[in-house]
Amino acid sequence: MKTVKNAVGRWVPAEINGEKVIPFKGIGKHRPRGRKYAPHIVTSADYPPSGDKRVPSLKEALIRSGIKDGMVISTHHHLRDGDLVANQVFDIAAELGVKDLVWFPSASFPCHKEIIRHLESGVVHHIEGSMNGPLGKFTSEGKMKGTAVLRSHGGRYQALQDGEVKIDIAVLAAPTADPFGNGHGLEGPSACGGLGYALGDFQFAEKVIVITDNLVPFPCIPMQIIGNYVDYVVEMDKIGIPELIVSGTTQITRSPDRLLIAELTAKFCDAAGLVRDGFSFQMGAGGTSLSIGLFFHEMLKERGIKARFAVGGSTQYSAKMLEDGCLEYMLDAQTFDLEAVRSMRENRAKHPDISIFHCYDYHAKGNFTTMMDVMILGATEVDVNFNGNVVTHSDGYMLHGIGGWQNCLFAKCTILPVPLFRNRIPIIVDEVTTLVGPGELIDVIVTERGIAVNPRRQDLIDKVKHSGLPLKSIEELKEEAERICGKPQKPELGEKIVAAIKWVDGTVIDVVREVRNG
Amino acid sequence: MKTVCAGNFEKSDRSDCRIAMTVKKSGGIRISLNSKVAILYGAAIRETCEKILEFYGIDNAELQIDDSGAADYVIAARLEACIKQLIKTDKSWLPEILPQNMSGTERDRLRRSRLYLPGNSPKLAINAGLHSGDGIILDLEDSVAPDRKDEARILVRNTLRAVDFYGAERMVRINQGERGFEDLNALLPQYVNVILLPKCESAEQVRTVDAHIQKLRRECHIKIETWIMPIIESALGVMRALEIAGSSPNVVALAIGLEDYTADIAVPRTSEATESFFARSMVLNAAKACGLQAIDSVFSDVSDTEALYRNVRASRALGYDGMGCIHPRQIKVIHEAFAPDEAELEKAEKIVAAYREAEEKGLGVVAVGSKMIDAPVVKRALRVVELAKMMNKQGSRREKKA
Repeated sequence: MKTVKNAVGRWVPAEINGEKVIPFKGIGKHRPRGRKYAPHIVTSADYPPSGDKRVPSLKEALIRSGIKDGMVISTHHHLRDGDLVANQVFDIAAELGVKDLVWFPSASFPCHKEIIRHLESGVVHHIEGSMNGPLGKFTSEGKMKGTAVLRSHGGRYQALQDGEVKIDIAVLAAPTADPFGNGHGLEGPSACGGLGYALGDFQFAEKVIVITDNLVPFPCIPMQIIGNYVDYVVEMDKIGIPELIVSGTTQITRSPDRLLIAELTAKFCDAAGLVRDGFSFQMGAGGTSLSIGLFFHEMLKERGIKARFAVGGSTQYSAKMLEDGCLEYMLDAQTFDLEAVRSMRENRAKHPDISIFHCYDYHAKGNFTTMMDVMILGATEVDVNFNGNVVTHSDGYMLHGIGGWQNCLFAKCTILPVPLFRNRIPIIVDEVTTLVGPGELIDVIVTERGIAVNPRRQDLIDKVKHSGLPLKSIEELKEEAERICGKPQKPELGEKIVAAIKWVDGTVIDVVREVRNG
Repeated sequence: MKTVCAGNFEKSDRSDCRIAMTVKKSGGIRISLNSKVAILYGAAIRETCEKILEFYGIDNAELQIDDSGAADYVIAARLEACIKQLIKTDKSWLPEILPQNMSGTERDRLRRSRLYLPGNSPKLAINAGLHSGDGIILDLEDSVAPDRKDEARILVRNTLRAVDFYGAERMVRINQGERGFEDLNALLPQYVNVILLPKCESAEQVRTVDAHIQKLRRECHIKIETWIMPIIESALGVMRALEIAGSSPNVVALAIGLEDYTADIAVPRTSEATESFFARSMVLNAAKACGLQAIDSVFSDVSDTEALYRNVRASRALGYDGMGCIHPRQIKVIHEAFAPDEAELEKAEKIVAAYREAEEKGLGVVAVGSKMIDAPVVKRALRVVELAKMMNKQGSRREKKA
């Protein structure tokens, strides 16, 4: 395959799955022209005046939506590892003898390993979305027929809006819905909070199917899914497994080493003057970042000041912060635990659900990330040029999706609290295996053995240099990791490109190659 | 052919490996490696093993290595432990020693917290020094199963050479009896700062160990100090605390172990600790009578940091200088509890200022306001100010090093 060198020095193909792609040109350099994509015009004359769009089964809905070979099928991910719907879609497609589908989920979870069967049999041609665990391993070993495409959450909306991906059928689970197709995630046995990732799916898909196990009479309020976009509504006994919907990650860390990293991160933010009245932040649901949130919360309480807003990833900890007045607004695109779901239900004015379009879309008239003061993110690798990787491990295996990670890099201060090594594998390396985020957007790396500030951020360096914090250069950190772990070998990778990594503007920033020495 | 094993490979054993080894008559070296890090470190692991086998003159052997991310010094220790079960040798394959692991410590340094690490579990050692404990104890005694003592000793030896403890005092708790001497033979040359003597019941016991230590120090040209901390864990030990404290000039502190002590006097250990009040008082007084530090027993409920804090404050009120820890999260609590509180410090500073002023003016009497201050009060105030200074100094030094 013909490849070209992109603006971060990575060799990427000019074509993926038979479609032309644009190599990454640099941050803010790609400026597409033309109009946004839109599905076909429809008329209410074709929909029941009763507003009742129910059909008896998902199979019936898929048949009526005209499912056929080569279609792009999108699904939600808000039911996380407890999702019972997405696998069924492809089981039905297999039963109907449909081939070469493209699965376009907003994210995948280990429960979706069932799709491997359909990839092997040819029902699914390739996946465009995140690939976690078993699916990632399958893909890394070169077993997928087509090339996987990974996008950030914001990049997924951008791809839909710009017409890079055209969804034929969107299948969206709604924990509560009415027969017209309005839906939300606040109530019902499979309650999951906001449905902020599904906006692009119902706006841009040709056909939209809503699945629920908690049907209520019209109107279903709030209308997180807007029924006017919906073709069919399907009632099912059970759309999800509640204990797997609420993520198990929303506990602060108990590991003393991670707590140390969290404490250093909080101290760094304080020393850099970032924790002040009216500041804003975002962090994930991982144990380390939740602990950082707790440290922030204590600082705010102690000083009697407030954070103006947080974008989430909401959890029981952010709910507490909101309810004791230390946080004014929780803008929530993803609700991680039951306490957060309750908060969204009860504090609607201060804890609204927002969509990915609001917070992350790069081809919009601005988005929320650039306004955020502190952004806490993770990484599987960071290199000495501060480039970050979140999708592959150092052994070449692709095991994670991008999530909102690339979008979040645009915050005013992006901090990656990471251990220096995980089980002998250094996190700080000479060169990242996969370049998912350019170093010019990554400001600070906090490890248990020292903090490296990107030399591009002299302003931050000036603020913290007399703080007594353990500041080191990124090279020093890398050397320390190698002293402890030894210098790792490079994995032997094949020529075959198994996945393309898109940047937030739709250009290709890197690719993942087949693992050969597994 | 006899197959021997060393190391651990259970689900909870990160950063470790288990090696099974068989010596053969022919066939060369065959290594079968099962490791999560095989892609990144497979070649390095094989190379280390081949080098060590060559060092011991073994040409034909089969190794099965199950690895969960063990560092090089751990793999080396596990392999050496296998080899020493199969052949008789006086040789040791030593990893390079870090220069900072050859430093000595002062007699009166802070010993508020000392973190126990089970000697045969490498996963806890790598980051142990990051938590700013005053000391790290690599334990060969109670935390190591009897049939694992030999492999643990080799691992601890390598740990003392290869792992950076970021300024914490390096301590080893050796076994009792003959095995303790074997521990000393292997570990004293690794620049251990403090040897902990468990279940100490007589001055004779300390002197015998001390004599062996001095012999090894001469043989190995160890120039740094090797301190001794006897641990008193029985009724007899308590009654002989004074003779134990005075047994050798190398004893720096007396520690008390309450789990064994309460078992010895056949009462349950309670959180009020009235059952051990006499023992703790005895040990404390014996230590102070000989100018030593007194170190309290560990507090075993790791999750209850508030109870730990109260416990340490009570211990400090009795006169203790430090306490053992079994989890890194206890370190910070212990340090906070041993720090003089603000009111105490403020008062002490006032007294010290008045004392200095009186000294300057050549006055025989020290007074704060209208109140006369006695000499012992001045002495105590000086100690409080000095301690506060050391703790601040210690705190910021660690912060920079971590």
